[in-house]
Amino acid sequence: MSTVTAQPTPDSGGLAPDTAVTPTRGAGARKLPIALGVLTALLAGILLRSSHAGDTTFQLAAESDFVTLPDIVVPSGPTAWVMVVICLALTAEAVRRMLAHLRQPGWIPIAFAIAWMTGFLSWAAADGRIRLVSLLGGAVALAIPLVFGALGGVLGERAGVVNIAIEGQLLLGAFAAAITASSTGSPWAGLVAAAVAGALVALILGLFAITYFVDQVIVGVVLNVLVVGLTNFMFRQVLTPNAETLNSPERLRAFPIPILGDIPLIGPILFRQTPLVYVLYAVVALVAYALYRTRWGLRVRAVGEHPKAADTVGIKVNRTRYRTILLAGAIAGLGGAYFSLVSVAGFNREMTGGAGYIALAAVIFGKWDPIRATLAALLFGFATNLQGVLSAIGSPVPSQFMLMLPYLVTIFAVAGLVGRSRPPAADGVPYRQQ
Amino acid sequence: MRLVLRGITKRFGSVVANDSISLTVEPGEIHCLLGENGAGKSTLMNVLYGLYKADEGEIELDGQVQHFTGPGDAMAAGIGMVHQHFMLIPVFTVAENVMLGNESTGFAGALDVDAARERVTEISDRFGFHVNPDALVEDLPVGVQQRVEIIKVLSRDAELLVFDEPTAVLTPQETDELMEIMRQLKEAGKAIVFITHKLREVRAVADRITVIRLGKVVGEAEPTASNAELASMMVGRPVELVVHKGEPKLGADALVVKDLRVTDLAGHAQVDGLTFTIRAGEVLCVAGVQGNGQTELTEALLGLQDDVSGSIKLDGLELVGRSTREILDAGVGFIPEDRQVDGLVPGFTIAENLMLNRSFKSPFVKNGSLRLGALREFAQKKLKEYDVRARDIDSLAANLSGGNQQKVVVARELSRDLRLLVAAQPTRGVDVGSIEFIHKQIVATRDSGIPVLVVSTELDEVVALADRIMVLYRGRVVGIVPADTPRETLGLMMTGERPKDLKDVVA
Repeated sequence: MSTVTAQPTPDSGGLAPDTAVTPTRGAGARKLPIALGVLTALLAGILLRSSHAGDTTFQLAAESDFVTLPDIVVPSGPTAWVMVVICLALTAEAVRRMLAHLRQPGWIPIAFAIAWMTGFLSWAAADGRIRLVSLLGGAVALAIPLVFGALGGVLGERAGVVNIAIEGQLLLGAFAAAITASSTGSPWAGLVAAAVAGALVALILGLFAITYFVDQVIVGVVLNVLVVGLTNFMFRQVLTPNAETLNSPERLRAFPIPILGDIPLIGPILFRQTPLVYVLYAVVALVAYALYRTRWGLRVRAVGEHPKAADTVGIKVNRTRYRTILLAGAIAGLGGAYFSLVSVAGFNREMTGGAGYIALAAVIFGKWDPIRATLAALLFGFATNLQGVLSAIGSPVPSQFMLMLPYLVTIFAVAGLVGRSRPPAADGVPYRQQ
Repeated sequence: MRLVLRGITKRFGSVVANDSISLTVEPGEIHCLLGENGAGKSTLMNVLYGLYKADEGEIELDGQVQHFTGPGDAMAAGIGMVHQHFMLIPVFTVAENVMLGNESTGFAGALDVDAARERVTEISDRFGFHVNPDALVEDLPVGVQQRVEIIKVLSRDAELLVFDEPTAVLTPQETDELMEIMRQLKEAGKAIVFITHKLREVRAVADRITVIRLGKVVGEAEPTASNAELASMMVGRPVELVVHKGEPKLGADALVVKDLRVTDLAGHAQVDGLTFTIRAGEVLCVAGVQGNGQTELTEALLGLQDDVSGSIKLDGLELVGRSTREILDAGVGFIPEDRQVDGLVPGFTIAENLMLNRSFKSPFVKNGSLRLGALREFAQKKLKEYDVRARDIDSLAANLSGGNQQKVVVARELSRDLRLLVAAQPTRGVDVGSIEFIHKQIVATRDSGIPVLVVSTELDEVVALADRIMVLYRGRVVGIVPADTPRETLGLMMTGERPKDLKDVVA
């Protein structure tokens, strides 16, 4: 088995079974067992140092459920210890597979994550109540800009243009959404404006990166700084003096989908969200389908892997790249609307707070695949929401530490667990014709 | 389809790559374009294929003057090109590569992979290619990848096929198969342009031969012409095609390699238990298809590989585990296989490149400072001695031709007191004149009593230089045979087969 991860082929529909996450030899093979072992030890250490008695309540139902699931009440300490044992067993299995040079299947880390998180939560929320619906539903909501941003990143990079400017696209999208929704009175017009703004940033990126061969990372960073400066300036000079006409958009309200929204547990988490989330579902599905199953997707991937080969079969490389990054920018821009139309109503300076960079991490963690990148973004959204939830129930973990959590998860995810991943071969390489 | 090129001229800056070239190719014929590396053959074909725009001249197909704005137009007009560097996407399947740019689609632009798969199978069966449409291209051997390129071209109903140096990456057997495919295509009425600098191949398949030198057509030749005639047309002067060398004066065992293993990052053994000996004053040539452990072997000798086990002894000194600098100081000279990457710093001058392997100590460094005077004097001398054609010693290495770059590398490596010379692909991409010169230098090194290891994928070079030949396949020795072993036997050994009656020779 090679250390290089196979790119998903069209036959696998994008989410190929990851046949090569873990190499059977070399440093990479030890990564998973070591990571699991460390995490298990960490959980056990926490429990030993400050175990507290009491029961933990996991609440599965939301208010106004059609079918109300009962709460699950478990004794805090013993449950946590049972989970430690399960984690140990999973770690042992991973070690066994490593020693036998076997492939590490995907279910080990997934089962481990669930067990670990259950143990951690039952410890952290002793004598308290964990509302699963708000924990997970909030994670989906917080992940919206990350998923849009990550999709924009995936599309751009699959076509061979590194999109560092996601942050700028989100921020300008947020700005344009607020201003347009306020002045027209329609949040929907705000969404359209957000997409246009994102595409505008992408157009500038393309102009420098594709037409003038400027280093794509540098252009991206400069664009981010430019958008920060521009929106700060406009915010102070234009938005603040005219806050009522230009910066008081109508918020996008949650819109429960009939029937789907009534499914226990899943309904409240996935289908009682704002319309932007439903747009997101559609965009994820469309991008994943189009990238692997359509002529357009085949050409985009070809241009990102081997532009010269694409050129020799008559594909206009740079035109394809322009179109793709404009679309990518529009998608990322849509994510910006989350900040000024969903999270709060109205624009504020630098309100994206680095979400674009987290989205970039999701692109890499997701191995340049739309579905995987979406899952990665959801994970980061979960980490952010967990921090909020734990602070709210007054967990013993210091709040400063909790604020670091999303970023810690990002670093560990990208550096440690992703395995060796292979970006598109021509990612970041401009194509010059003679 | 009948192709006429009229007065094609293409300039890159002040360099004239094609100077008013005219050419006619008839349907059902194999037309060879013969010329040295850098003569302008590939440029001409890229003009024909719409990748370059000609500065002057016109392209005519079946009497119609064409104005190509890109490869798409050329393909639509029925021109297909099998590129020297395959234009395949490694992470795509065969079917995806074949359909790319020519996709049949269903509802909402959905790819019709089945249609592409069928098309591949149909063409593959018609010519007996044995290509699996669902295989990933990166998993295929180069010979099969080339067939994918041919299928790609045929699936677009090309009537004129251009083969650009197609045999450079093939084994002798694969080359023979390719020749057979070209004959089949000719029988099917296709017009074929075959670009090469290998005389043997030209004479095997060509119906007509056009020789190009320095961007100009220098004449036509018949396939019946002798190698010497073709070579002198190609180079512009009579050429020595054979390397003159006397019987080796063998000394003691100098390089003794025992059970050498090199493992790559992924844990695969790239060199798998090699054992061989080179005596002082002997040339051992390593033959084999590219990628069978030659690179790893030479790099292990130089201490450039991380995971090495076994033993490499040079005059009794163990080299495994030593740093590259210690190995260089022990007297190992190294001509790396890719001079652009490992041999030279393109942005340095000739003089600076000449001191790269002695950048720590005398004669060019004293108390941490460069002794520029000594370096200039040395460089002036070597420039003359090794016939490097450059304006002066301050010319950048990047601006030299391939042959002259290689001469700089050879000059640097041979100007020390050597105890071993390792030469990997010493004449790849080098003009015939420089090949002659470099071969003479290698033989002279041998005659001065130094053991020489030459790695080459060109069988001609192997046979010309070797005192003994070691054939590698998948990191193992197939056999170590005398230099006069028939080419057919060597070709067979390069595919991993060991003839039953074969006897290894010990020097």
